Amino acid sequence: MSDFLAKSATYLPLLMEGVYLTLVVTLFSVVLSTLLGFVWAVMTWSRVPPLVSISRGFITIIRGIPIIVQLFYIYFVMPEIGLNLTALQAGIIGLGIAYSAYQAENFRAGIEAIDKGQIEAAYSIGMTDALVMRRVIMPQAIRIALPPYGNTVIMILKDSSLVSTITVAELTRQGQLIAASTFDNMTIFTLVALIYLALSLPLTFLTQHLERRFSKA
Amino acid sequence: MISVRNIHKSFGAQEVIRGVNFEIARGEVVCIIGPSGSGKSTILRCINGLETYDRGEILVDGQKVDPKARSIIGVRTQVSMVFQRFNLFPHRTALENVMEGPVYVKGVPRAQARREAEALLEKVGLSAKFDSYPAQLSGGQQQRVAIARALAMQPKAILFDEPTSALDPELVGEVLEVMRDVAAEGMTMAVVTHEMSFARAVADRVLFLESGTILEEGPPEQLLRHPSHPRTQDFLHRVINPMD
Repeated sequence: MSDFLAKSATYLPLLMEGVYLTLVVTLFSVVLSTLLGFVWAVMTWSRVPPLVSISRGFITIIRGIPIIVQLFYIYFVMPEIGLNLTALQAGIIGLGIAYSAYQAENFRAGIEAIDKGQIEAAYSIGMTDALVMRRVIMPQAIRIALPPYGNTVIMILKDSSLVSTITVAELTRQGQLIAASTFDNMTIFTLVALIYLALSLPLTFLTQHLERRFSKA
Repeated sequence: MISVRNIHKSFGAQEVIRGVNFEIARGEVVCIIGPSGSGKSTILRCINGLETYDRGEILVDGQKVDPKARSIIGVRTQVSMVFQRFNLFPHRTALENVMEGPVYVKGVPRAQARREAEALLEKVGLSAKFDSYPAQLSGGQQQRVAIARALAMQPKAILFDEPTSALDPELVGEVLEVMRDVAAEGMTMAVVTHEMSFARAVADRVLFLESGTILEEGPPEQLLRHPSHPRTQDFLHRVINPMD
């Protein structure tokens, strides 16, 4: 045990550099996937046929391709058509787009759970689509979408490890690099696993807390 | 005030409204009765653009009702609606439900909207329920909040779509009383209802609708007591004596 702690002290500063990038990738991917997912959900809700087709088609395609392949596509194929991205940019954009499909489904479920009668009542007092969205649908849909949204955020945190495959030196990649030079797989990957757990547990508790608070109101 | 001119509407192959014509004058209370599926609610929903119509024309205060045009917002701020299932916003209190339209659609300052909403809720007998959420109110109370919400828009007319059909029988009276008070103040009203006693006491005119057409219309005394059309006689007989 003391051996583990002593070795941990050596590796942790290096792993923390990876944690920083893991958090950067997670944070920006969450923001991007939330914004894009909201756009897809609103397009689906709009009932305007071309918008619905575009968003449904996009979601179907994205959900049918492994995220790791999407990352390779953005990082390795895009430069061939003249779009050069750094590994970090490609990772964030790839994860953000991939997860926007899942976020859209979270939001769509929230939006569709709202009783149609209220929406008609809102129209009947002269509300525009935007106002109905903002004042009637969103406040209620957020409560419904929050638990699955929280789970998606936790999944993005864990799947940020996928960007290690396109050379972003986040936590998993950093672990691999140290392990390759020290052969101390046991200590390093135990530490990596514990760090991911330490990062995701607060999110799990926060989600559960918000879920309880919202279900009371 | 409201002109419905030769309206036709189909849901798929089913033509539910087949050439309906009527006018509602300012201050008039018109009750629309008829068997379910006759198109009563659909006509009401066409008037404020919640439903599209295929042919014909609806005018509100001279303005054409076109559900696809931006002008529909203007129509809806002048013609409020009260629904069978109340349709209050469940995440807002009674007071907030009433304030929602004035504040967010008409841009009335919050403090003023609040005073007006309080006055309206007092008027419908809910001065003790300002801060209650819909789930904490009975059906009758919810419907009275919905009527206050409709009145808060200061509309020129209110459409009532079977406002008491979802209520327990002992709660029907309190809602009809509020509606009668609103009518007495000169509000233009179109009421789809099965409450013949309300129609008799409050309506200026009654329309009998069946299979998407108006079979008969007239003052309540005449239409409800001495209907001329055999279908109207049959319908009224079944509504008044359901066990026969």
